[in-house]
Amino acid sequence: MTDLTSLTLAEARKGLSAKTFTSLELTDAHLSAIEAARVLNAFVMETPDQARDMAKAADQKIAKGEGGLLAGIPLGIKDLFATKGVRTTACSKILGNFVPTYESTVTSQLWRDGAVMLGKLNNDEFAMGSANETSCFGPVGNPWRREGSNTTLVPGGSSGGSASAVAALLCMGATATDTGGSIRQPAAFTATVGIKPTYGRCSRWGIVAFASSLDQAGPIARSVRDAAMLLRSMAGHDPKDTTSVDIPVPDYEAAIGKSVKGMKIGIPKEYRLDGMPAEIEKLWEAGAAWLKAAGAELIEVSLPHTKYALPAYYIVAPAEASSNLARYDGVRYGLREQGKNIIELYENTRAEGFGAEVRRRVMIGTYVLSAGYYDAYYLRAQKVRTLIKKDFEDCFARGVDAILTPATPSAAFGIGEKGGADPVEMYLNDIFTVTVNMAGLPGIAVPAGKDAQGLPLGLQLIGRPFDEETLFSLGEVIEQAAGRFTPARWW
Amino acid sequence: MSTATHKLLKGSTGDWEMVIGMEIHAQVTSNAKLFSGASTAFGGEPNSHVSLVDAAMPGMLPVINEECVRQAVRTGLGLNAKINLRSVFDRKNYFYPDLPQGYQISQYKSPIVGEGEVIIDLDGGKTATIGIERLHLEQDPGKMLHDRSPSLSYIDFNRCGVALMEIVSKPDIRDAEQAKAYVTKLRSIMRYLGTCDGDMEKGSLRADVNVSVRRPGGPLGTRCEIKNMNSIAFIGQAIEYEARRQIEILEDGGQIEQETRRFDPNKGETRSMRSKEEAHDYRYFPDPDLLPLEFGQEFVDALKAKLPELPDQKKARFVADFGLSAYDASVLVAERESALFYETVLDKLASRARDGKMAANWVINELFGRLNKEGRDIMASPVNAGQLAAIIDLIGEGTISGKIAKDLFEIVWQEGGDPRALVESRGMKQVTDLSAIEKVVDDIIAANPDKAAQVKDKPQSLGWFVGQVMKASGGKANPQSVNELLKSKLGV
Repeated sequence: MTDLTSLTLAEARKGLSAKTFTSLELTDAHLSAIEAARVLNAFVMETPDQARDMAKAADQKIAKGEGGLLAGIPLGIKDLFATKGVRTTACSKILGNFVPTYESTVTSQLWRDGAVMLGKLNNDEFAMGSANETSCFGPVGNPWRREGSNTTLVPGGSSGGSASAVAALLCMGATATDTGGSIRQPAAFTATVGIKPTYGRCSRWGIVAFASSLDQAGPIARSVRDAAMLLRSMAGHDPKDTTSVDIPVPDYEAAIGKSVKGMKIGIPKEYRLDGMPAEIEKLWEAGAAWLKAAGAELIEVSLPHTKYALPAYYIVAPAEASSNLARYDGVRYGLREQGKNIIELYENTRAEGFGAEVRRRVMIGTYVLSAGYYDAYYLRAQKVRTLIKKDFEDCFARGVDAILTPATPSAAFGIGEKGGADPVEMYLNDIFTVTVNMAGLPGIAVPAGKDAQGLPLGLQLIGRPFDEETLFSLGEVIEQAAGRFTPARWW
Repeated sequence: MSTATHKLLKGSTGDWEMVIGMEIHAQVTSNAKLFSGASTAFGGEPNSHVSLVDAAMPGMLPVINEECVRQAVRTGLGLNAKINLRSVFDRKNYFYPDLPQGYQISQYKSPIVGEGEVIIDLDGGKTATIGIERLHLEQDPGKMLHDRSPSLSYIDFNRCGVALMEIVSKPDIRDAEQAKAYVTKLRSIMRYLGTCDGDMEKGSLRADVNVSVRRPGGPLGTRCEIKNMNSIAFIGQAIEYEARRQIEILEDGGQIEQETRRFDPNKGETRSMRSKEEAHDYRYFPDPDLLPLEFGQEFVDALKAKLPELPDQKKARFVADFGLSAYDASVLVAERESALFYETVLDKLASRARDGKMAANWVINELFGRLNKEGRDIMASPVNAGQLAAIIDLIGEGTISGKIAKDLFEIVWQEGGDPRALVESRGMKQVTDLSAIEKVVDDIIAANPDKAAQVKDKPQSLGWFVGQVMKASGGKANPQSVNELLKSKLGV
């Protein structure tokens, strides 16, 4: 039955409603695939019993013709999402064996629509990382390898488990989160489709917070259509998250195949970096050509404050993180390392519970918020953020419908290859993606080709606020032109 | 009304003036907490009113409770303050076990209420105006329990997340009496508004007091902050002690260290808690989980239209309408319940124009006096407003004398009953029938010929005769009639 895992979500839904196979069969096929792929370390918690129970319940509903949008579709859930009764750790030692008594809004909407949970997916600790190397459960392997090489590569991060699992056909889709590129960069590294919707589109309630003003949930999927289906279920206003926006969620799937004729696509000149690999440049040109062929109009645009985005991001995000992570103090839940007094308890718990990258960001964030530095760092970074936002607004005001950029400055790299000596080397991975979070805009990464070593590369489309539909329409044009990419199985 | 002069403290080198500013933490009256739906009820089992948000579980988010916003605006209006249509919630970051989030959600740069003022009532009907700097909303932390185990501390999060209004005064307070009057007045205003129950024993109202001393009118001195005072009497004691302590240091040639101090009510002294160097860096920044708090002027206007009459307005009305003294009026309005009682009496009077002032005297002197003596609350008064109004009606219409009225009050206090019926059944009616009184007058004059002869030379001894007649009549004779009758009979 392993061929069931190679279906797209859309195909599986057809098969389920035609009763060609059951959700239980589909779920079992994926559970077997997960078991066989443990070397990838994509799942940090498998929930086969729960998966089969949910699949059986979905089958009953489908039999009665009551199946929802995602009835019987097996999914993986990033470990940042609180799942009721199932250990949720954000891949940090500090949460220990924390089992929430509540379900995140996003996942509860997926279950409402009939989806099946296969387990929890690996990610960078508290979503801080771009290679999924900071997880307390260890790194995740990318199903893609360089041609003729046995070196295991990173799947990107922080949603590395989600991207790896979807690319390796371990689940039909996965939830992910994106604070500076954590959906789009791993999607690009694994030839999957990842969309970070507009800030406020998905509820953040029940998602372990990294940087509240930047965090946004979204799906990683096998195709643009699959991503559209998943986002429709995940999105929506939630009174429990006052930053979620109360506007209707459109039928994103309806945007697939819609003509892009006459759409204006901006090509931002500031994204042409010195020393950018020629392959990336070529891919970008190819993407532009495909959109042009589909009837879109290409225009050069300027986003002049782009170069300040990454430094400003690495002030805002750690600042919020330093405060968001203060609750992990060993007092109420999770890890507790005793001390002679309360200060020692805090110090011991947090030193033991947080990994190096998290500690680094907590320290950076604490520093930039402290008296005497606040104006120079945090306040200035927020001003830069306003300027970045305005760059995009000006661009859209000129009639631009979406902006096309590379998703990453390179293809996937080897585990341990980057950032060992200088964390900034790792931070540079987010150079094309952070601007989108800083401006609160939607961005989609779509597989567009391979580099000379056979590794997948992706393109990014950035849209107007709450216009994810245009991104799906354009994304599908690229997908149609570039084709879909599946890694050769080595695990 | 006149403006009060304040008390100066005498040191060995001359006079010193106190400069006092206060931060009042007032728990907002609301059913649910500031950012969660958990109950705010006092006295529940520890940790029985704690939501996932209050416990700062991973992924939990705050949602503003609109009733708390309304309460803050009402309070701001009661303080004649500027209401800010846009305000911002900030995070005040620090680690403490009673603070689950690791930060308190507060308002730092943009509070919901700006500048205002409060008129405080001082001895002898004098008043002073104290400026309000700001009012902002913030979360109360939980409570540490250190007495449950010899080696462990426990935490009760029931209070954690309950809304507080922090009301910051300008440094306009000049002595302990003014400080006490300020807290009393704020408490009274909030109780009228129903925005804070003002129960200091339960911790609903707490004060941080900043005290410094200077030469009268001179440059400001260094201040010390006395934290977490929950009794008006202690506030007075702490200020007196602290000012004396600072004067002593300054007069000995020392310098005041800016620090946070705690008042020990058993020893009546303040003690250092932490110095300026140990002060926290709270790393305030706007809470990214919450959008700025914005509302329109119509929201404010709607609340303003429904505000109850506040103590100052009530006091002015009592003075204007019933001719009460400023002092009596301020006594009546100090507590909402007292004012309500007085107004209920007024409502039930046959003629409030005639007897409104008498009613005030009766409420203040007889009723409050008696309640205080027995340590009872106005809400538990054995004599209700209707009964007191009936007694006053009986005096006003001349059915009973003031003296008999006191006896009647006593009977009603002890036994209850309808005062008018009691007057009938117990024969307490004033005797105005001249022929009946005349007989008594004649008898007394006849029995005291010496005194009758003296009256012409000593008219003031007429009072003795009045007393005798009243006594003989069991107090029921109308004193005015008695007086007139005696005068004509004795030829005075």
